[in-house]
Amino acid sequence: MSNILLSAHDLTVRFGGVLAVNGVSFEVRQGEVFTLIGPNGAGKTTVFNLISRIYTPTSGYLDYQGQRLSDVPAHAVAAMGIARTFQNIELFEHATVLQNLLIGLHVHNRIGFWRQMLFTPTVRDAERATRQKVEEVIDFLDLQHYRDTLVAGLPYGVRKVVELARALCTDPQLLLLDEPSSGLNVEETADMAFWIQDIQQDLGITVLMVEHDMSLVSKVSNRVLAMNQGEVLAVGEPAQVQAHPAVIEAYLGGSFNAANLRRKA
Amino acid sequence: MRFIFKTRYDQDIQLAKHSGHVWAYSLLLLLLCLAPWLMEEYWLAQLTFVLIYGIVGLGLMVLAGFTGLFSIGHAAFMGVGAYVAAVLSGHGVSFPISVTMAAGLSAIVGAVVGLPALRVKGIYLGIATLAFGFIVEEGLARWESVTGGNAGIHVKVVSILGWQANSGEKFYAVCLVLAVLCTLAVLNVLRSPTGRAFVAIRDSEISAQSMGIHLAYYKTLSFMMSSALAGIGGALYAHKMQFISPDQFGILQSVDLLLMVVIGGLGSVHGAFLGAIFLITMPQLITLGKDFLPAFIGQAPGLQAVVYGLVLIGFVMFEPMGLYGRWLKIRTWFELFPFYRKGMFKRQKSFQKSDRLK
Repeated sequence: MSNILLSAHDLTVRFGGVLAVNGVSFEVRQGEVFTLIGPNGAGKTTVFNLISRIYTPTSGYLDYQGQRLSDVPAHAVAAMGIARTFQNIELFEHATVLQNLLIGLHVHNRIGFWRQMLFTPTVRDAERATRQKVEEVIDFLDLQHYRDTLVAGLPYGVRKVVELARALCTDPQLLLLDEPSSGLNVEETADMAFWIQDIQQDLGITVLMVEHDMSLVSKVSNRVLAMNQGEVLAVGEPAQVQAHPAVIEAYLGGSFNAANLRRKA
Repeated sequence: MRFIFKTRYDQDIQLAKHSGHVWAYSLLLLLLCLAPWLMEEYWLAQLTFVLIYGIVGLGLMVLAGFTGLFSIGHAAFMGVGAYVAAVLSGHGVSFPISVTMAAGLSAIVGAVVGLPALRVKGIYLGIATLAFGFIVEEGLARWESVTGGNAGIHVKVVSILGWQANSGEKFYAVCLVLAVLCTLAVLNVLRSPTGRAFVAIRDSEISAQSMGIHLAYYKTLSFMMSSALAGIGGALYAHKMQFISPDQFGILQSVDLLLMVVIGGLGSVHGAFLGAIFLITMPQLITLGKDFLPAFIGQAPGLQAVVYGLVLIGFVMFEPMGLYGRWLKIRTWFELFPFYRKGMFKRQKSFQKSDRLK
C-alpha cells in the first residue's frame, strides 16, 4: 500500500489573473482510493486536467511511476496507464456502447495502417482479442443489455457507467474519476460505490476521484484531500478531513472573518 | 423483421452482417459486372462517372463524414491526381503505376493541407481548404510547361502492359475494379482501430485524446487517405474525359463534391455512391423536366444551380442523414410494419460535435 504511484509537487496553474491551483502537493499510493473534495471552483478538475495533460502546470510538476508527466504528450498519457472519466460525460454520442468501449482499447493497438487496410488475419485476431477484453469489462459492469445501443439514446446514469467502462478498457493502473456520482440517483450512487470498491479490490486499480457526495466519499476512500480556492486545506482519512476546522469553514463559512474566503493572490 | 442471433465475435467483425447482405451485394456486383451488356453506351458512360465520383466521394466521406473535418477544396486533390495521371500517361507510363503515383502525390499534398487542420476547426478549416483549392487551380493554370495551362491537356487512353482500355466498356471495367478495391479498403479501415479513432475524433476530440488517440497523426492520416482516394478518382476522371483543364477542378467542382456527400448521407459509405448517383443523374432529370416547365423557368440560365441549392436545403432541413438515411427509414418502415413510429430517428439531428477541445 505504501508505494507511491503519482506525486504532485507544488503544482501551480494560472489562467491569466486567476490562480486556479496554487502550490498543491500530494501523493497517491498504489492501490488506494484517493479523493479530492472541496467547494465549487476549488481547482479539483484543474488538477485532473493537469494529470491528463490537457493543461500544463505554470510551475511545479507531476511524477507518475518515476516519470515526469510534463514530458509526455497528452495522447500518450493513456498508454502510461492513466485513464479518466469526465464530469460532463464525454462519450462518442453517435456510436454504440460497444464501439465506445472498443475505442478504449485503442492504446493497445500495435498494428500498422496498411495491414488494417488489407484486414489481414493478424488484424482479425487482434479484433477478436480486443472484443474479448471489452466483453470482460461489459460483464464486470453489467452492461450486456446496452451493448448495441447508441449512446445518444441512453439515460444519464447508464452513460456514466459506460464512461467508467471505457476508462477500464484502457487497462489502467490509475483511474481518474471526475465526479462519478453527479447526476445519479441514490441507487445508482450506491452501485457506483460498489463498483469503485470492486475496481480497487478485484482489479487492483488505484483510483483518484473528485467527488461531492460525502457518503460516497467516506464509504470508498482510503484518504481524502480537501481543497479550497486552489490550495490544500487538509489531507488524511475521511473522518479526519471532515472534522478539520479549515474544511468546515470552507464548506459552511467562518463565523468571524469572511475575508478568509477571498482569493489571496 | 430480421433478428440476428450472435454467437461469435466474428459476426460483428465481418463486413456482411447476415446472409441478406451477402445476397444483396453479390447481386449488385453481378449486375455491375454485366452492365456493359445490359446498358446502352450512353448510360454506361454515366455509370462510369458514378463510379469515379463514388471513389472521390468515399474520400470526402472518410474526411467529412467519419473524421468530422470539412474540405471545401476537395476538387483540388482530384485535380492533382488527374494531372499526374495525364502527364505520366503522356510519357507512356503504365496505368497501374500512374494511378499509384496520382494517389501518392495527392496524399502528400493532402498531408501538407492537413497541417492547418491540426490547428483550425470547423468553418476556418473550410476557408483554409477553399484557399488551397484556389491555389491548386491557379497553379495548374500557370505551370504551363507541364500542365499546358488554361489550354488544357489531352489524356491518352489507359494502357496496362500493352492492353489498351480503348472502349467505353473496357474503361468501365477498370473503374469498376478500382471502385470495388477502394470501397473494400475504406470499409476495412473503418472496421479497424484507425476507423474507430476517426469516429472518436469526430464525436469528441477531448475524449479521443484522453483515450490515447494521437489527434495530429489521425487527422493527417484521414486527410491523406481522403486525398489519395480523390487522386485515384481524379486519375480516372482524366482518362474518362480525355481532356482536362484547370477550370474543371475549381470551386464549383468542390461544392459539387461536398453536395454529393451531404445529400448521400454523411457518415455512411453507401452515401458516397448514392450521392454520386444523385450528382450524375440530376442534370439529366433537370434537362428532361425543362420541357414540362413554363419557358421563363425552364429556359432560365442557372436553373441547375437553383435546383441543387433547393435540394441541398431540403436535405439539411428534413433529412440530415441524406439519401442513405431516407433508405434506412424506408427499410425500417417495411421491417417493422405496422409498428413504425415517427420519432424513431429523432436523435440524428446533430451529427457531430467535435469542437470541444479549446
